[in-house]
Order: sequence, then C-alpha cells, then structure tokens
Amino acid sequence: MTNPPIDLPAHTGSRTTRLLGAAVLVGVVTMVLLGFFVAPEDDLMADSVRMIFVHVPSAILTYVALSVTAVGSVMWLWKRSVWWDIVAHSSAEIGVIFCGLTLITGSIWGRPTWNTYWEWGDVRLVTTLILFVLMVGYLAVRSMDGDESAVATRASVVGIIAAVNIPIINRSVEWWAERTLHQQSSITDGKLEDWTLFTMFLGIVVWGVFYTWAMTHRFRIAWLERELRDGDLDEAIAARRAEAATSGGAS
Amino acid sequence: MLRDAWLVATKDLQIEWRSRVTFSQVVPFAGLVLVLFGFALDANRPVLLQATSGLFWVTVMFVSTLAVQRSTSIETTDGARRALLLAGIEPAAVFVGKSIAVAVQLFVVEIVLLAGVVVLYSADVEAWGLVFSTCLVATVGIAAAGTLLGALVAGVRARETVLPILLLPVLAPVLIGATRAFDDALGSVAVDGWSWLGLLAGFGVINVVLGALSYGVLLEET
Repeated sequence: MTNPPIDLPAHTGSRTTRLLGAAVLVGVVTMVLLGFFVAPEDDLMADSVRMIFVHVPSAILTYVALSVTAVGSVMWLWKRSVWWDIVAHSSAEIGVIFCGLTLITGSIWGRPTWNTYWEWGDVRLVTTLILFVLMVGYLAVRSMDGDESAVATRASVVGIIAAVNIPIINRSVEWWAERTLHQQSSITDGKLEDWTLFTMFLGIVVWGVFYTWAMTHRFRIAWLERELRDGDLDEAIAARRAEAATSGGAS
Repeated sequence: MLRDAWLVATKDLQIEWRSRVTFSQVVPFAGLVLVLFGFALDANRPVLLQATSGLFWVTVMFVSTLAVQRSTSIETTDGARRALLLAGIEPAAVFVGKSIAVAVQLFVVEIVLLAGVVVLYSADVEAWGLVFSTCLVATVGIAAAGTLLGALVAGVRARETVLPILLLPVLAPVLIGATRAFDDALGSVAVDGWSWLGLLAGFGVINVVLGALSYGVLLEET
C-alpha cells in the first residue's frame, strides 16, 4: 500500500498575504507621489535628498533582517526548531536584497553629494559592504552540500558569527576612518521636516510590510519544499516496502 | 582542559613538523606575494614603504586561509575527526588546541614576512615591542576565527572557495587594527598604535569564546 500523494497548495498566497501585498502597492504609489511631488527639495542636497526615502528604510530593514536571522540561528542551535531555521534562511535572503539596495542607493546619493560613488571615509557604507559580503557568505553556506540538519547548523553558526562581529567591524572602521562623511542619523538630528520626514517614516513602514509579505511567501515556499522532500522520501520507502512484500520479503 | 588543548596543539604541530608544509609551501607562498606586490606597485620604494603595513597584513590574511585549510584537512582525512571525538576530549579543548597550532604557524610566517618587508621594502621598524605585541594579539584572533570557520566548512566539496568568503570579511577588523598598529611601529603614519591593540584583543576574545561555545556542535553534527 502506498501513501496518498501529498496535498500541496498551488500557490503560497492567502487572504493575509494579498492584503499585505495590496498595502505595499498602495504604499509604494503613495511614496512615489509624496517623494516626487509633495516633499520639498533640500537646501543643501537639492533633489538627491529624495534618495533617503528608499535608502534609510532599506538600511533599517537590513539590520532587522540580520537580527531575525541571528535569532533564528540561535533558536535552531538551541531548540532544533525547523520553523526558526526556515525563518533565519528566508530573512537572510531578503536581507541581502535590502543590503544591496542600501549600498546602491547610498552610492547614487554619494555621487552628487560627495562627488564620488564610493567614499572610504564613510563608516556606515564600509560596514554595510562587509555586512553584505558576510550575508552572501551565509547564503553560500546554505547552498553547500550535506544533509539539511548539518547545513542548518553550519549556517546558524555563520549567522551568529556575522551578528556578533558586526559591532566590532563597525567600531574598527569608525576608528580607522577617524572621521565619517556620513550624515548623522536622519531621524534624530532633527533637520528633516514635515513631508520629508513623513515620507521617510512611511518608507520604513512600507518596507516593513514588504518584508513581512516577502518573508511569509519565502517561508511558505521553503516549508512546502521540505514537505515535498519528506513526502517523496516517505513515498519511496512505502513503495520499496510494498515491492519487498510482493516479492515475498526477498530484497 | 588546558592539558587536552596542549595535546591537540602538539599533535597538529608534530604533523606539521613532519610534513613541512608550512616551511616548504606556505612560507614561499607568503614571500612570493610580497614580491608580486613589489611588481604590482612598480617597485616604487616610497609607495611600497607607505603601503608596507597593509601589504604585510593582507599577505597574512591570504596565508591564514591556507593554514586553516591545512589544519582542517588534517582532521577530515582518514576519519581523524571521528577518532578525535571518540578520544573523549572536550570540543572546546580541541578548538583551543587547533587554534594554538594555527597561531604558532602563522606567527612563524609573520616573522619570516617581517624579515621580507625589511629586506625587500626597506621598512624601518621603530618599535619592535609594538610589532611583536600586534603580531601576537592579532594572530590569536585570526587563528580562533579561522579554526571555527574551518570546522564549519570541513568535509564540504566547495570548502576551498567558501572559507575565504567567510573568513576574510570577518577578519576585516584585524586587517584594519593590525595595519594601523604597524603604521605606528614602522613610522609611516602618525597614529597611536597601542590603542589599536585593545580592538584586536576584543576581537580575539569574542572569537575564542564563540569558538569554544560552538565548536562542539560543528564537530559532532557536520
């Protein structure tokens, strides 16, 4: 007797993800309208100030994603929770995209502001680049051969190493550069006002909702992949047993 | 635990002494990198002098990936890893022992490299105490981080390429800190080199603790 085939859904969408997706779409359209037509240009940075509507939310979500990966990594090592392992992996994949976006928008913003795409004296830019390479390394470990549990353990240790070393990398770059060209925190320095500040906060919210939406889909895909693999294995074992039974136990 | 760590360290060093890989392959490689830097910078003495600290530590970074790969391969061949586990030695002691062995080898390479930069780049060492302290503290951090990440990629087909991707960005603070300390010791930049030792020590402590805590999981499960 063989097991019934696994009942896999045709897609990873649900009412919640559709609502989140719609919210992201509405949010992005609102951001475009506010960012280009309502928020005023800056006295010093002119139109390039609009880059912060994407840059700052991307940077914040990068650190959120890395933190979630670190927590997921600890939970895998501590509780052997597959759920947390998938969360850690999914968050790292999305975090790499945010991190890349932070670097690209930072470089584009740097060109008119600092007259260069890359400024070695900028602590946050250099730290973010090292973080990007570390996250790429994490994903490289995820793609290595070996059984799922061993790969998860390896990746978890890398996730924790990355998270623990980031503060010391940041501190070393800060001392090395001696001074930083980077803007002080756009949120706390009090220079942004009205629509500019509002649009940036809206960007953080929209990016946060996008992260939740993407995480939910990525998590469900990874979970279904795992179910499929386990189901295939169960099916193969059952088929083999049936075959052994029909041939009178000889195998 | 320290006794076990010392046993593992001497085991690795004995294997190294008998095979002579560090002396016959790693040291010549390090020297070759110094010569290649000389070609790349057009043997321009002022430029070489200015960049000596950075070139020295970049070479150490490259060498560290080789030393770590070598240290890892000792355990992956002939099921030595399983034997090590069955020997009943605490994983933390294995980690510390292997780190010590890697650190000793790196320290030897650094001394040879130091002679290399003095001869080839005409570097003038003004503070030997700072140079040796930097080498010592930085090497502990490099060996600890390297041994941990080496165990992580042990037995994997793509380990030769994955290890540098993981190790080199993690070692960025060591490259920065040790280069600045050397800048002071060689008199090429007016900075307080001793102040960087704190950062190097912090890096070393963090990675020794991380390694001692997680090495067991990697040794048993991967």
